[in-house]
Amino acid sequence: MKLKNLLALLVTLLLALAIILTLNNNTLFPAFGDVDLADRVSGQYLDSAQIDEIGAANIVTAIVVGFRGFDTLGEVTVLFISSLGVALLFGASRKQKRLDADFSPNFMLRVGSRVLFGVILTVGLYIILHGHLTPGGGFPGGTMIASAILLLYLADDQFRAKIKGFKILESASGSLYVVIGLLGLVLATYFLQNFLPAGTVGNLLSAGIFPILYILIGLKVGSEISGIIDNFLTEEDAK
Amino acid sequence: MIQYAAIVIFVLGLYGILVNRNVIKMIVSLNVMEIGLNLFIISIGFIYDGIAPIITSTEAAGALIYVDPLPQALVLTAIVIGVGTTALALAVAKSIHRVHGTFDLNEVGDLQ
Amino acid sequence: MTAFDILSLILGVMMVVIVFVAIHAKKMISAVLFLSLVSMLAVVAFVMLKAPDVAITEAVIGSGLVTSLFVFTLLATRKEGVK
Repeated sequence: MKLKNLLALLVTLLLALAIILTLNNNTLFPAFGDVDLADRVSGQYLDSAQIDEIGAANIVTAIVVGFRGFDTLGEVTVLFISSLGVALLFGASRKQKRLDADFSPNFMLRVGSRVLFGVILTVGLYIILHGHLTPGGGFPGGTMIASAILLLYLADDQFRAKIKGFKILESASGSLYVVIGLLGLVLATYFLQNFLPAGTVGNLLSAGIFPILYILIGLKVGSEISGIIDNFLTEEDAK
Repeated sequence: MIQYAAIVIFVLGLYGILVNRNVIKMIVSLNVMEIGLNLFIISIGFIYDGIAPIITSTEAAGALIYVDPLPQALVLTAIVIGVGTTALALAVAKSIHRVHGTFDLNEVGDLQ
Repeated sequence: MTAFDILSLILGVMMVVIVFVAIHAKKMISAVLFLSLVSMLAVVAFVMLKAPDVAITEAVIGSGLVTSLFVFTLLATRKEGVK
């Protein structure tokens, strides 16, 4: 074995040994499964009074968009930067055509994808809209919408989605997120505060601004990843 | 037990980045590292006999033991950021292939 | 050993073996397919650890999007004559 491989093996073995030995030391690290939640920050998040006040049934949603809504704004920014980077590296020239791969799709793929596209799109919209009641939310729902568009790309050789509409949708959703946060600053005390009424836990129209924010995040993530897929599948039109 | 498996997966991914010369396999190893790390972070918040953090009944919320929801919120964001990183890394790999004609980093040479 | 312990042991060993094969694979497309398989096993592990949000997100992203991005990169570079 070469010297570089041997050194790499040694370094990674030492790292694994160091981490595992620290895991077994119960004073620095709690044992697996024996955590007391009152010692952690989550004990305050799971307080009964907080849950009735926030109004969301899905506690992870209440944390992602409510208690830590500013981190979600940062994550949306990181996705925007990566989508911008992919678009800069690929789409240089003006005219673009579909990538010329040397196979053509099957008849069953072409027909069956029309049915599946509607089903996947509906399931994605359902998961986005019920993000505060059932598991899911804006992020998996948005990527399901992007998967539906990916299916259309795979099924037809010459299909290209309307990328201009997607870019406008993505920018509008991102700006509306910040606008709603600023509305919270104006109408109530701090940025991204929940200024709509909470309602009863379990209804569709409950939990204040959480459904609105999740719809915006879902649309933004879906259109961004569709733009990335379109950039991967096109090339310059060398006419 | 899941924690030991997560650490071994993370360390194997690190070994894959150090040893491979092919850009595509380096990106695969990066994704393997991210999977191991996400598994480890979620396993920190697990409680035996806890239930998933969704309110499903109208009892008092203090009587049920919920699994810690905060690591799950952090990992939710981290998975989506991993997709963005992988997309950008694959775009760079495709540009490397277009300019130099190979994916092997030993043949690419110095910056020109 | 409860059922949870046995299941987590089996899952852990399977994931470590498949990751090892994925890193030392000969072709690039095999490594991508094994990565997709590790992703699916990680979804099962997430459901066992009582995290449904994370499981749905990883299932959609790991199976559909990351694998297809890798395949599209390999497809575009294959037609120029390199494996």
